[in-house]
Amino acid sequence: MFNALRKGFGLTFKTMFRPDVTAEYPEKPKPVAPRFHGRHQLNRHPDGLEKCVGCELCAWACPADAIFVRGEDNTPEARYSPGERYGADYQINYLRCILCGLCIEACPTRALTMTHEYEFSADSREAMIYTKEQLLAPLPPGAKPTPHTDAEVAARGLSYYQGEWGQKPLVHLIGDVERGDAGPHPQETSDPATAPTGSAATPASGEGER
Amino acid sequence: MDGIDILIIVVKVVAAFALWLVSTALFIWGERRLIAQMQVRKGPNRLGPFGILQTLADGAKLFFKEDITPQYVDRWVYVAAPIVSATVALVTYAVIPFGGTFEIGDRTITLQVWDPNIGILWLLAAGSIGVYGIVLAGWSSGSKYPLLGGIRSTAQMLSYELAMSLGVASVVLFTGSLQVSRIVEGQSGTVLGFLPAWNLFLQLPAFVLFGLAATAETQRPPFDLPEAEGELVGGFGTEYSAAKFAMFYLAEFMNTITMSAAIVTLFVGGPSGPLFGPEWLQAILPTIYFALKTFVFMFVFVWFRGTLPRFRYDRLMDLGWKVLLPIGLFWVMATGAIVVLQQTVDRAVVVRWALIAFAVFAVLFVVTTLFGSREAPAAGGGGRGGGGGRAPLPGPSPRALEAKRAAEERTPQRTAV
Repeated sequence: MFNALRKGFGLTFKTMFRPDVTAEYPEKPKPVAPRFHGRHQLNRHPDGLEKCVGCELCAWACPADAIFVRGEDNTPEARYSPGERYGADYQINYLRCILCGLCIEACPTRALTMTHEYEFSADSREAMIYTKEQLLAPLPPGAKPTPHTDAEVAARGLSYYQGEWGQKPLVHLIGDVERGDAGPHPQETSDPATAPTGSAATPASGEGER
Repeated sequence: MDGIDILIIVVKVVAAFALWLVSTALFIWGERRLIAQMQVRKGPNRLGPFGILQTLADGAKLFFKEDITPQYVDRWVYVAAPIVSATVALVTYAVIPFGGTFEIGDRTITLQVWDPNIGILWLLAAGSIGVYGIVLAGWSSGSKYPLLGGIRSTAQMLSYELAMSLGVASVVLFTGSLQVSRIVEGQSGTVLGFLPAWNLFLQLPAFVLFGLAATAETQRPPFDLPEAEGELVGGFGTEYSAAKFAMFYLAEFMNTITMSAAIVTLFVGGPSGPLFGPEWLQAILPTIYFALKTFVFMFVFVWFRGTLPRFRYDRLMDLGWKVLLPIGLFWVMATGAIVVLQQTVDRAVVVRWALIAFAVFAVLFVVTTLFGSREAPAAGGGGRGGGGGRAPLPGPSPRALEAKRAAEERTPQRTAV
């Protein structure tokens, strides 16, 4: 009996001198995993164009119906994204969002990703609906804020997509989409029939053929 | 008795009151932090440096909470019960000396609020009246859990008061006086040349008895079943909220400190200790010694809480009546014999023989405990584990069940189609 008492009391006494396992949040928060599901972010290309093309796949993928997307056409004067359209009105309702990440999996351009931020509670319902301005990633250094003009984008001559579609500059892509293929490079041919006709020219016929 | 004397008394009362109240707050904080350390975590550390203001915050919260009075309570008794508990807790320490004597002008002042000839009886009496607070709370709450909790608490406290009183009785017999200051004085000097003449060494069984009984009297773990949350919701305090609950809470912790102080006074020599240094240091050293000794025993109470699982209620009562009471009676008789010898024979001889007797007693106890447990009786159903004194479980024993199953297998039952 005395042995048991000695061992029992000795254990609690020794444990007093062990370091604690208490996490000292919020002064010292524990680091999160690399792929942690935090608040969303709409990413940009290095030159400042937004990656979101307003395709609404994220809204369709969301199991909680937390995302609202309304896309609009890019015009030559106001281009927000490298595609035909951009996400004009983009809202995520964090009162519905379950942070499952299905929207990230659905996004074709990797515009939507999740940050590590989890401390974004608010005290009103309106404040928990994040609009595009709140979700958009900050401008990369040296970049101009959107909207850019078509001329500026063409002047930069960057490719925004990987693979076969990304090897030719952007302006060519918009002109040849109705043909369903990449087509010859506009600078490779001088045939006026295959020259690019401009993005605003054939929206109706393009939709009908597609 | 002129004005200055009255002023001195008032100052002592206020000083003791302040000291005990602050100690209670610090004890609650310290217990939470120590228990946390024993459980590999921190305790409260957000409010104030090292979380010291936590008790203050808890007290403030309790006082501002909504005071709910259930419908079927006995109104006057319901309100009176926490008042009784708190008041008793706040007067019990009046007889405990928390410092030494010093002289101001031509008056000697002892840091003890009240020192009557029968001082030690005040401690026991106050403990008994404290039981009233609990039983009245349990009964007046008009609900079954508090009633059960209150009755259990009361029965527990009564049983252990016997053991406590026997411990005190042997100390009083040994010292020859009920006066607390005489008990403290009787522990000055040394024994065998180096050990201080504390009753801890000269009356070890009484110390063990009083220690265990004090733990049970104040319902500290491991004797806290009547107020355990998992068992009886909140025990006698279930229907209490806000300020009244704070009174019970305060009373419980203050009683713990008072019991630690009582142990120190009765067994470890109170505020005695080697005095050295300049005049002003010698005036406060006894208080420092008293505080240090009381902290040791408060730490032991906290250690009990962090280490031991709770006693089941019937085993708790068994311990009080079947173990501590016989030991107490035996020890009182032994002390009486020692005292008579002391009066007829030289003190040093008696003390030496007393120590030899304790050593023999301790060895016999250890030996019988070590070898006694091997012969655990197998009655009450084999395989149910050793440890005598356990109540048999309801239903047929495993052997009976097996026999029944074997019988059923031999004679197959016809199943209804």
